[in-house]
Amino acid sequence: MPPAERPVVIEARGLTRAWGAVRALRGVDLVLHEGEALLLLGPNGAGKTTLLRCLAGLIRPNAGTVRVLGRVLDPHDPDARRPIGLLSHQSLLYDDLTVLENLVLAADLYGLQRAREAAERALEAQGLLDRRHDRPRSLSRGLLQRAAIARALIHDPALLLLDEPFTGLDAVAADRLREQLAAQHQAGRTLVIVTHQAGEAWDLATRVGVLVRGAWSHEEARVGDLAQFHRRYQEMARA
Amino acid sequence: MREALRLAWVIMVKDVRLELRTRTSLLSAAVFAALVLIVFNFARDPTAVATIDLAPSVLWITIAFASVVAMNRAFTVERENAALDGLLLAPVPRGALYLGKYLANLVFVFVVEAVALPLFVLFFNVDLSRALGGVLLTVVLATAGFVAVGTVFSAMVVRTRFAELMLPVLLLPFLVPPLIRAAEATSRLLAGRPLSEQADALTFLALYDVVFVTLPMLIFSAVVDE
Repeated sequence: MPPAERPVVIEARGLTRAWGAVRALRGVDLVLHEGEALLLLGPNGAGKTTLLRCLAGLIRPNAGTVRVLGRVLDPHDPDARRPIGLLSHQSLLYDDLTVLENLVLAADLYGLQRAREAAERALEAQGLLDRRHDRPRSLSRGLLQRAAIARALIHDPALLLLDEPFTGLDAVAADRLREQLAAQHQAGRTLVIVTHQAGEAWDLATRVGVLVRGAWSHEEARVGDLAQFHRRYQEMARA
Repeated sequence: MREALRLAWVIMVKDVRLELRTRTSLLSAAVFAALVLIVFNFARDPTAVATIDLAPSVLWITIAFASVVAMNRAFTVERENAALDGLLLAPVPRGALYLGKYLANLVFVFVVEAVALPLFVLFFNVDLSRALGGVLLTVVLATAGFVAVGTVFSAMVVRTRFAELMLPVLLLPFLVPPLIRAAEATSRLLAGRPLSEQADALTFLALYDVVFVTLPMLIFSAVVDE
């Protein structure tokens, strides 16, 4: 089935957000269907993280709306946030709880039945079951990112938002993360990947968006190869 | 409602577990309380001011400042690894988040008070045998209110650069009214006046609790959402 005929997972209309005099987003629209993966690029200060946080419901836009699976994201409607998973370069884990306790907490917050079993399944899927009693601070960056993935996916979200997930990972860990994300994409999850380096997630993307000064400079299906796109991207970023 | 209470409980248990692992804020608050009582005890001149006149003020100053130390950690712990994002992203009503944090802070402050009260009796040689029930009721009512306000302000300042400094600056003016009434009631109770005579002060504290415990549940979204 072509992507446009699949259900809309996230729909943003006219997103505007200012931080004081700085307009981080200027009327951004975005529609992603089930199984699409958007690679979101842009120079520093382009508004990528602000857009991602608006899509997650962590920042309220000054104007515009975000709908996830047809439901408007609103702080007063907690269930509207349920289909969202977030993975960033920060783990969202508490250093003074064990990895397992962190995952059980996440399962409890999402109201999952048999939270401990759900947490152990999520850790097993990441090959971390034998490290479940470790504290996050004792894990390497790569293992910590796997624990963060387990946390982000524990409630089986339809939409996975990734904010610079490759930051700080070595080549082996980055390759493993790409494999993980490819598997999530194959499973039909919708992905939004914010990154500085197009090459990090180029093969995963079905769409590519470039934000420049809070507005789309480019947002369409991925076509051509990375080298071609890179030349165009340099021009867009300099514009 | 039941789900919101369950989530508040989950958050409270998490905070208590985190504190038990580190004991940083409980330990520092308890030590702070003990130090203040010791300093006041040795600094006072028993021939100039009667213990019964000084003791209630000392008790409430100690509780107020030690509580600020304990409550400072409520949201600063969420800055670690951006854990607050994890809480805000989860399908947790903001009122339940507030309630969970409030209950955890109540536990911490009651623990600090459980340390401070016996030390207060010891250092100031206060006879609590007849006034114990009334003093405990006053402590519970006053604590319930100012911990509620403290929980809101600790959430408000968490994204500021100097959260630990900002909290007492913002919080203390809001603590003045309940502290005055609590100190008045404690003073009279220690002087042997009956509990029934403290109805005004206790009613004030109960109303303060109702307002400042329920109001944040309705407006907490405006406090924590960017």
